[in-house]
Amino acid sequence: MTEKSYRDAIRDAMMEEMDRDPNVLIMGEDIGVYEGTFRITAGMLKKYGPKRIIDTPIAEAGMVGTAVGMAMLGLRPIVEMMTINFSIVAADQIVNHAAKVRYFSGGQVDVPVIVRGPQGAGVQLSAQHSQSLESFYGHFPGMHVVAPATPADAKGLLKTAIRGKDPVLFLESAALYGMKGEVPDDPEFTVPFGKSRVAREGKDVTVVSYSRMLQLSLAVADKLSKEEGIECEVIDLRSLRPLDMDPVFASVSKTHRAVVVQEQWKPYGAAAEISASIMEAMFDELDAPVARVTGEDVPMPYARNLELLATPHEPEIIHAVKKVMYANG
Amino acid sequence: MAKAKKESSSAVADPACAPEWTELLEQMLTIRRFEEATEREFRKGKIGGYLHVYIGQEAIASGIVSALNEGDAVFCGYRDHAQALSLGSEPNAVMAELFGKGTGLSRGKGGSMHLFDVGHGLYGGYGIVGGHLPLAVGAAYAQRYQGTDRITVCYFGDGAMNIGSFHEAMNMAGLWGHQGMCPIIFVIENNGYAMGTKLDRHSALTDLSARVHAYDIPTEKVDGQDIFAVRGVADRVVAQVRETGKPYCIEAITYRFSGHGAADVLQPYRPKDEVERHRQRDPITILRNRLGEICGLTDDDVKAMDERATTIAANAVKFAEESPLPDPEELFTDVVAEHGPRPVRESETE
Repeated sequence: MTEKSYRDAIRDAMMEEMDRDPNVLIMGEDIGVYEGTFRITAGMLKKYGPKRIIDTPIAEAGMVGTAVGMAMLGLRPIVEMMTINFSIVAADQIVNHAAKVRYFSGGQVDVPVIVRGPQGAGVQLSAQHSQSLESFYGHFPGMHVVAPATPADAKGLLKTAIRGKDPVLFLESAALYGMKGEVPDDPEFTVPFGKSRVAREGKDVTVVSYSRMLQLSLAVADKLSKEEGIECEVIDLRSLRPLDMDPVFASVSKTHRAVVVQEQWKPYGAAAEISASIMEAMFDELDAPVARVTGEDVPMPYARNLELLATPHEPEIIHAVKKVMYANG
Repeated sequence: MAKAKKESSSAVADPACAPEWTELLEQMLTIRRFEEATEREFRKGKIGGYLHVYIGQEAIASGIVSALNEGDAVFCGYRDHAQALSLGSEPNAVMAELFGKGTGLSRGKGGSMHLFDVGHGLYGGYGIVGGHLPLAVGAAYAQRYQGTDRITVCYFGDGAMNIGSFHEAMNMAGLWGHQGMCPIIFVIENNGYAMGTKLDRHSALTDLSARVHAYDIPTEKVDGQDIFAVRGVADRVVAQVRETGKPYCIEAITYRFSGHGAADVLQPYRPKDEVERHRQRDPITILRNRLGEICGLTDDDVKAMDERATTIAANAVKFAEESPLPDPEELFTDVVAEHGPRPVRESETE
């Protein structure tokens, strides 16, 4: 184990896989000469050369579409989105091409293309640069949607993505890039998709989350434990598609109460899917309706005070936990 | 008499009389009879969804595909039956795909718009106009990256040239071509209409080659009704692209004789006499007459070919009709590489 940042874990995953497999290449805007907006690809152009570290024009549909074609012929392209918001420009290539070619070809091609990049709010980037898109991409069959919450998962899940056969939306939390954690050194270390994990054990309330909100949920769980003796069991989903609900169901059968935490908008969001799944499978086990903690239903404002109001924070999660315990005032 | 004899012997040696040309005539006839059969079966309700036939444009698929090598890749839009047939796909499997049968090229999961036959070089069949252009550019990059001398051909219509993915793909092809990393031939099948919108109503600049040239990709116009012209350009361009790894664009001027799709019956966007005028330049007739004049192809020869073509189409319909539907288990296969068991519906458990 070595302590690594979330950013370096992502970088290590890509470099180890590029060293392992000559078919892996990276393409994106300003990833080479400029060394990447978040410096994840810094130094890679020098090491791997311009055929494997491809600076593209600002053309998201072009870069994802060409990556799909490369993948169909056997390469393993990783497309870096400067921020995941720009992937919306490539949405047709992602949901209509990458995610469907395997199916409508009757399985004649693999499509191992990865679209990865940072998402989320918190640094006053306002409406077009602060979104989280897991619900949008999670809606479509034919691809995987992954949202790691720790450096170890960032590395292990990205390696699984690169070695896979299907398109992967790899959603990184910009706010977690500097976060440090223990990461296994074994180059064969991977984390499979569709395996949720219990990030913290507890008996009172099940809190379900992923990515940055998982870290916030863990902080809240510690606080509630210390200050109020409430023990939350926190589940990290890791991948939204495939979605592994079994650890959630096991937890709810113990706690009988659940809170789902996500950063993006409430309507049609990931939390709606998760809470509906709990309701369908565990209706008789529930002692309270499943609570959702989400961002506010507005485009992200610029002003700092308004941005803070638009995103979930500790008080909202604490309130939700107490609500399902019927413990609010 | 001596003169006539001399002419006759030079005709035999004429490359225009190589057996390949009669084979291409038969291929184009087969595509024509096949497409006519699909139109009939669509009207009978045997083929669902959309159906876009290639009638009138046969010289372009046959003329370019016949210049390719095994291992080259072809991408095209949804008017894709002729590309499959000219690449060597089994007519039975193509028709079965249109019928939505388990014996189809994609086991009934793609239909008319998404023909795939990777074993013969066909990488699809795409339904979003212009959406496949970036894929084809990426495929060409991969061919060079892997150190092969393979090339990619990407067909699209004039109507595909106004969508963003066209411009993004062209620009990237031009850029990658500078490094010799994009061995692709773009084939504009300019049939004068984006569905029902005439060229001068959908493209501010009607010189389409000029628009491609803006991305530093050389272009060349060719009479798309004349397979001699198409193949002549294709032979030269295929060799050049294979050698240089740089993109090239062929604009084939053509006309579709049938409606945009099988549901386009009224065709209010084009006058009947315009269609009739273009039908006078049928690519099959042009080749047939040429082979008749120069190489002594007889009406009986053509009749025999046509009978074989008609039989292939009829057999394909029979095969498709008699084929089983896809297994219900197929619903859940090929969504992703590794799939679990078919989910059990609640209604099945009660």
